Amino acid sequence: MQRASLSSRSVQYVFLVFVAAAWYFLTESGNISRLFLPKPGDVIDALTRLFQTASFWSAVLVTLTTALKGFVIALVLGVLAGYLVTRSKLAIATIEPLISGLFTIPITLFFPMFILFFGVGTGSKVAYGATYAFFPIALNTIAAFSNMEKRYLLAAQSMGGSRWDIFRYVLMPGALPVLFTGLRIGFFICLASVLGGETISSVAGIGRNIALAAELMEPARMFAWILFVVCMSVTLNLLAYSFENKIRSR
Amino acid sequence: MTSLTSTQPRSTGSSPLAKMLKSPFWLRVGLIAIVVALLEYYGRFHADPAFMRPPSAVLDAFFTSIVSEPKIISALWLCVMEIAVAYAMAVAFGLLIGLVIGATNFSRAALFPIVLMLFAIPQVAFMPLVIMIFGLGPAAKIAFGFSHGIFPIIVNVVAGMRDVKELHVRGAKSMGASNADVIRHVILPNMVPSLFTGLRLGMTLTLLGVILAELYVSTGGVGYYTRVFAENYNPAPLFALTLCLAVIAIVFNELVRIAENRLTPGKRKAPKIQLSESGK
Repeated sequence: MQRASLSSRSVQYVFLVFVAAAWYFLTESGNISRLFLPKPGDVIDALTRLFQTASFWSAVLVTLTTALKGFVIALVLGVLAGYLVTRSKLAIATIEPLISGLFTIPITLFFPMFILFFGVGTGSKVAYGATYAFFPIALNTIAAFSNMEKRYLLAAQSMGGSRWDIFRYVLMPGALPVLFTGLRIGFFICLASVLGGETISSVAGIGRNIALAAELMEPARMFAWILFVVCMSVTLNLLAYSFENKIRSR
Repeated sequence: MTSLTSTQPRSTGSSPLAKMLKSPFWLRVGLIAIVVALLEYYGRFHADPAFMRPPSAVLDAFFTSIVSEPKIISALWLCVMEIAVAYAMAVAFGLLIGLVIGATNFSRAALFPIVLMLFAIPQVAFMPLVIMIFGLGPAAKIAFGFSHGIFPIIVNVVAGMRDVKELHVRGAKSMGASNADVIRHVILPNMVPSLFTGLRLGMTLTLLGVILAELYVSTGGVGYYTRVFAENYNPAPLFALTLCLAVIAIVFNELVRIAENRLTPGKRKAPKIQLSESGK
């Protein structure tokens, strides 16, 4: 990314201020229905009230643990499957197009089946999130281990490196950056699909609460939840990016 | 076989079966066939018919309860139209916004981070709001598909314009090219591969957006019927309908890929799916 100069930074702040101002004046002027866009003040009030309830934190906890469970399953299966596939050139040529082809189909299509198999509880969201996250993780694992420079492997072998040595000192460090990109994408896809799954059909979690607020025609509360999701995902994204940069620059 | 391969490279003399076992395409076909056979076996002898049916029953349901139901056919057709309209809008606006953002170094440095930040927000959080604004009909699905599809297109257009070599632009200008010439002959051809990456990702996400909105709430759309089948524990037509939608998704993806292979300058084939959405 380019070095951000002061003037380009200021454009970004102006954009944020503009959005906030547009929000404020649109709602103050009364031209827009309170149902579609509540006043910023009301949303902040609703958010502070939400923060004080125990059900808010339990919903956040449900969503995050569901996403984390799905992610861990996808992590284990995706890395394992991806790594095993890269052990043979024929397997890469056979299976990689299959995985990347399947990934272009929206897995959301199969969401009703997840509900059918695992019920409306968190189980179906774990499975759904794990399935969605599996693909980017497996694909990036394949990319990470198959683009390895042959020279490095040969050099390590000729210097007497055991299989484990080669894995630990050549394959792993070389693959880690690409692997981590896959993990980051996998995690955010998992989080988004858990949120989506909860919105479509569930009994708990952030997505359920957004849908509930919409059904009860409480726009302020719905916007408070949306604002929280936006802030949460921006924060998590920034954390993941800085962590990824650290891994890359090592 | 080993003696043959030693004299003839690429084992051209081996039996057709051995050749098939070495071809990734036939191995893929075999793999899929094995999975279908296992599903058939499991579905036929072990599965609870309220949750799972074998592929043969799904195929049967495709003819008895999908093809023969004009309401479901029109719902599928509506879904196709929603995807097409949403994608056309995403491409048009994505290109326009991408070109504006990528036009100068300043506009890119200033505006691109905003796009990346918006791209990173899980849009599903806005789904109920989109439905409230656009209603239960196709408009909401188109809007949701559009808002999903536009971001990868913007990002990849900007990335493609950024990667134009300063040297090429200056070379063209020193030979008397106007700004329009530079755009037409230097910038556009250079951004084609990146653009198509964006168009492919955009299609994937448009499909996601439309399907998500369909599943969330739909009166008479595809989402309505999946819900009906799932709630009635009637898996065979549910699987058949899902497979129809999957085929629609595959066809849309293939259309983009064919266009890409046709329009990419040189003989480059469509690269594999690009996963890093931000392009570093």
